Amino acid sequence: MKIKSQKDFWSGLMFIVTGVAFAWGALSYSFGNSARPGPAYFPFGLGILLAVLGAAVLFGALTIETDDGDPIGKWAWKPLFIIVLSLIGFGVVLPKLGLLISLPLLVFVVSTAGDEFHWKDALLNAAILTGLSYVVFVKGLSLTLPVWPTFMTAAS
Amino acid sequence: MELLNNLALGFGVAFTLTNILYAFGGAVLGTLIGVLPGLGPVATIAMLLPSIYALDATPALIMLAGIYYGAQYGGSTTAILINVPGEASSVVTALDGYQMARKGRAGAALAAAGLGSFFAGTVGTMIIAAFAPPLTELAFKFGPAEYFSLMVVGLIGAVVLASGSLVKAISMILLGLLLGQINTDVISGVPRYSFDIPELTDGIGFVTIAMGVFGFGEIISNLGRPAEHREVFTKHVKGLWPTAQDFKDAGPAVLRGTMLGSILGVLPGGGALLASFAAYTLEKKTRGRADQVPFGQGNIRGVAGPEAANNAGAQTSFIPMLTLGIPPNAVMALMVGAMTIKGIQPGPQVMTSNPDLFWGLIASMWIGNLMLVILNLPLIGIWIKLLTVPYRFLFPAIVVFCSIGLYTLNNNNFDVFMGAGFAIVGYIFYKLGCEPAPLLLGFILGPMMEENLRRALLLSRGDWTTFMTRPLSAGLLVAALLMIVVVMLPAIRNKREEAFQDED
Repeated sequence: MKIKSQKDFWSGLMFIVTGVAFAWGALSYSFGNSARPGPAYFPFGLGILLAVLGAAVLFGALTIETDDGDPIGKWAWKPLFIIVLSLIGFGVVLPKLGLLISLPLLVFVVSTAGDEFHWKDALLNAAILTGLSYVVFVKGLSLTLPVWPTFMTAAS
Repeated sequence: MELLNNLALGFGVAFTLTNILYAFGGAVLGTLIGVLPGLGPVATIAMLLPSIYALDATPALIMLAGIYYGAQYGGSTTAILINVPGEASSVVTALDGYQMARKGRAGAALAAAGLGSFFAGTVGTMIIAAFAPPLTELAFKFGPAEYFSLMVVGLIGAVVLASGSLVKAISMILLGLLLGQINTDVISGVPRYSFDIPELTDGIGFVTIAMGVFGFGEIISNLGRPAEHREVFTKHVKGLWPTAQDFKDAGPAVLRGTMLGSILGVLPGGGALLASFAAYTLEKKTRGRADQVPFGQGNIRGVAGPEAANNAGAQTSFIPMLTLGIPPNAVMALMVGAMTIKGIQPGPQVMTSNPDLFWGLIASMWIGNLMLVILNLPLIGIWIKLLTVPYRFLFPAIVVFCSIGLYTLNNNNFDVFMGAGFAIVGYIFYKLGCEPAPLLLGFILGPMMEENLRRALLLSRGDWTTFMTRPLSAGLLVAALLMIVVVMLPAIRNKREEAFQDED
């Protein structure tokens, strides 16, 4: 069997897997009955419905002819990895090192995700964005954000 | 008379200094993101949601509304000047607007877009003020069964009118509804799909999903594409005022666009995008004067009509959100979320319980539109400068504001990690050609839908026919079914595909 649309093939598969997973997960909760529906009632129905529609998408991907096979194309691994990892890094580092250290780090690392990277521009951008965030979020909106590293605040 | 009293109350609220400032701020920010390609109103409003904790409800909503319609103005500027529509709803504006700019008539195109939008915005505001109260009356007659059916219509309507595969769009709604099931069941108190993670028992924040998918996911896909080289007509913008002949051509087009946009905006899934496409088609079919410039080569009607329509549609799409609490598109879904954050339960009771907010918001839209004309026409030079900001400065800024927003949601880094997860999910959706907006709608409506379904079944003692025996509910469900059937018909299907061809 030949896949006629790569995009739809994988979307269909994604919908089936998620639908089945949610329906299967619902089995551990109480169903109740239709007069007194329990917590599993709605998600189970939705999960099955999603799996059915996913199967329809999958079926379409295998039968309906497309011009170019609807390829998914190249994955942008570099920006994907850099952005996801720098977000995780920011989440880990922020409570310990505070905004004034973690934010410039985030900007600098994230900037490397693009094709054009100039370290001078990235440094400048890091300085501007950190300053702006400090003024807007910490001073202006007085959001509770750790500003300084914990070892400095603990000492004082 | 009541209408005038209500509007007077609204203008009283909107004309306070704070509210004018927030309307202005929203309009400026909206224009800014409309001009900057790669940053849309959904991601921006999501970014700002955490910071509205510090504001009162009325200024907060006024500002968010300003961002939404400001983006419509800004989007048309880039469409005309560089052939890159800043917003999806300005796609058709680029067709004739850019051609006008190439012929040195950028000024006239920008003026037609700006003045047309202002006229449409004024009419749209009046329509909201006139039709919101009767619709609210109707909404009070709704029981759980009707609400459930209404949400079905809303969700189906949101996808049949959109572009792309219908089955995939409905699947995305279901996926959104399912993600909304990750919470603690309101009726029995059982935590669902939480894997014993305490943060998940409160449910995933819709801000987290919006930022992850629309903010980070967008950035990754933008960076994955080769950089574009654009031709900017910055030096040719002079002669802003259109000629008398332009007024004669554009005037009727603006009227037609406003009418069409106002109607389509109210429909679920309509809003600004569909309105502008429909208006362009209408203008093409309408006979102009004999020696007019052909469409696609810089006809001013092709700019004025769709621009009026998308602004009218943007205004009237507030109607279902304000009267029924049901968002017709992703931006309105975020507005519903913003109201919930501020402790206001969206729905028909908002008009009576928070009249200041309700009428103040409506009045502020008119003020905002007026400010936008002033901001956009004389100050066009400033916005053009912004077009030259390279993306390598822009995307780290988006990442920074989203990350801080995510952290401050609950003062917890868990939301940052979730955001990173949804960045991957968002990129996968992009790669697989799955439109993420229906997912967000489903996610917002999911818990409401479940509650109404279960309450309806409880009231009918488990009888599923309740949805078909109650006339209003039955009517709504039949309407939803009809929409699917009609779109599936081969003749309409081809037309629909044709209509969205211009988009690519």
